[in-house]
Amino acid sequence: MPKSYADLVREARAQIKEVTPQEVDALPAGSTTIVDVREASEWEQGHLPGARHVSKSYIEGQIEGAVPDRDAPVILYCAGGVRSLFAAQTLSEMGYTNVASMSGGFQAWKGAGLEFETPVVLSAEQKLRYSRHLLIPEVGAAGQARLLGSKALLIGAGGLGSPASLYLAAAGVGTIGIVDFDVVDISNLQRQILHTTDRVGERKTESARRSINALNPDIKVVAHEEMLVAANVERIIAGYDVILDGTDTFETRYILNDAAVAAGIPVVHASVFRFEGQLTTFIPYEGPCYRCLYPTPPPPELAPGCSVAGVLGVVPGILGLLQANEALKILLGIGQTLAGRLVLFDALETEFTELKLRRDPNCPICSDAAVEARAAGRPLAVANVGADAPFLLTTTGLAGKVSPEARA
Amino acid sequence: MSTVFIPGVLRANVGGVKSLELEGDSIRGVVEALVAKHPSLGSQLLTEDGDLNRFVNVYVNGQDVRYLAGLDTAVAPADEVRLLPAMAGG
Repeated sequence: MPKSYADLVREARAQIKEVTPQEVDALPAGSTTIVDVREASEWEQGHLPGARHVSKSYIEGQIEGAVPDRDAPVILYCAGGVRSLFAAQTLSEMGYTNVASMSGGFQAWKGAGLEFETPVVLSAEQKLRYSRHLLIPEVGAAGQARLLGSKALLIGAGGLGSPASLYLAAAGVGTIGIVDFDVVDISNLQRQILHTTDRVGERKTESARRSINALNPDIKVVAHEEMLVAANVERIIAGYDVILDGTDTFETRYILNDAAVAAGIPVVHASVFRFEGQLTTFIPYEGPCYRCLYPTPPPPELAPGCSVAGVLGVVPGILGLLQANEALKILLGIGQTLAGRLVLFDALETEFTELKLRRDPNCPICSDAAVEARAAGRPLAVANVGADAPFLLTTTGLAGKVSPEARA
Repeated sequence: MSTVFIPGVLRANVGGVKSLELEGDSIRGVVEALVAKHPSLGSQLLTEDGDLNRFVNVYVNGQDVRYLAGLDTAVAPADEVRLLPAMAGG
């Protein structure tokens, strides 16, 4: 016998438990998964706080991702309380045992004067540009909006900063700051893909801005055309959500570390030498800092920069992309960062090795005692990184006689 | 014998090899065996007093020996010892 719409609604109501908006509002936060089954255009107008969005059109395909546990309590709602009844029937058929529908839907919720959230709405162009992010549940529209509102700072627009900044820009990280006082040199172009042959002699920050905005005009590029030093580091890093350390000197790495720990900003660290790279993420007070890992800098013959020792161009490329990956996870609040883990990359063997890092309980920068001393205005003494004559190079070893400038 | 992995920056001191098999039941023993074989590494790894230089990290099976027993950390046959100086390049 044919059934009318009214028959179907009656049957669904008989089968599915209904709850009122007031009952839903009274549930302890996080106790029940609340799923909005309306269309995306309706969701964008406002939704219940903390609700997940799984449109009824996709519910069979997407509910297992949103609610993996079939015995978990789930409440569905739509605009008026009917579509959610039908969607709940589908979930019951799929074996979900604890599904209810909110009577009266979002209209009744708003009518009762209950609180709702309005999501950040991406423009039509942004929905297309970031569509591959929007399809990933862990990113989605909320995550993309978060990236667009985020600020990442790159120390150095060189071998590491080139791939990192391009991919962060492509991903829609809204503000990208770049600290670099150098100009593009033709010897940079073997690996620094942010720059181009016709920009040799141009300021790296300006070249970076052109490349980034050519890829994604949405991105605000902030040029810090100065050398990062103790006197300006606090001002430069202020307000950034994450910092990518791609410098080529120990002075800068220690100065950055000390200031970023004090400011509580995570630093994604990478360094390269010929066929090798090192990578980790320093999250202040959660994991070790750079001084916990390397309490003092090595003598120059043990740590030459790329201009002295050379580097295979893809090595900073690979490490820079891994830095971008860490930064995106930090900004999105997903996954596990490398805090407390150091990854070594060996390009000749194509081998990744992981070492465990620990916080140094006596660290002069991130230990409890160091924090107290800073708060009292008497920071602990740190190993001198030799600001006057940084790593005066000896005539022995790999480095040979090289001026500090040439180590870049 | 334990395997000692040599970082790229020190490979010139050991004839270009990536790793060496060395005898020694502690980090001190392994480092001494390494320096005996390749004396030019001595000043790079050790201070004048015979301690590990603070800018060279040493790991046994992925763990930093500074948080184990330093030079006295025991090394068993088949353990992996890794020398790791900081890198500057970017």
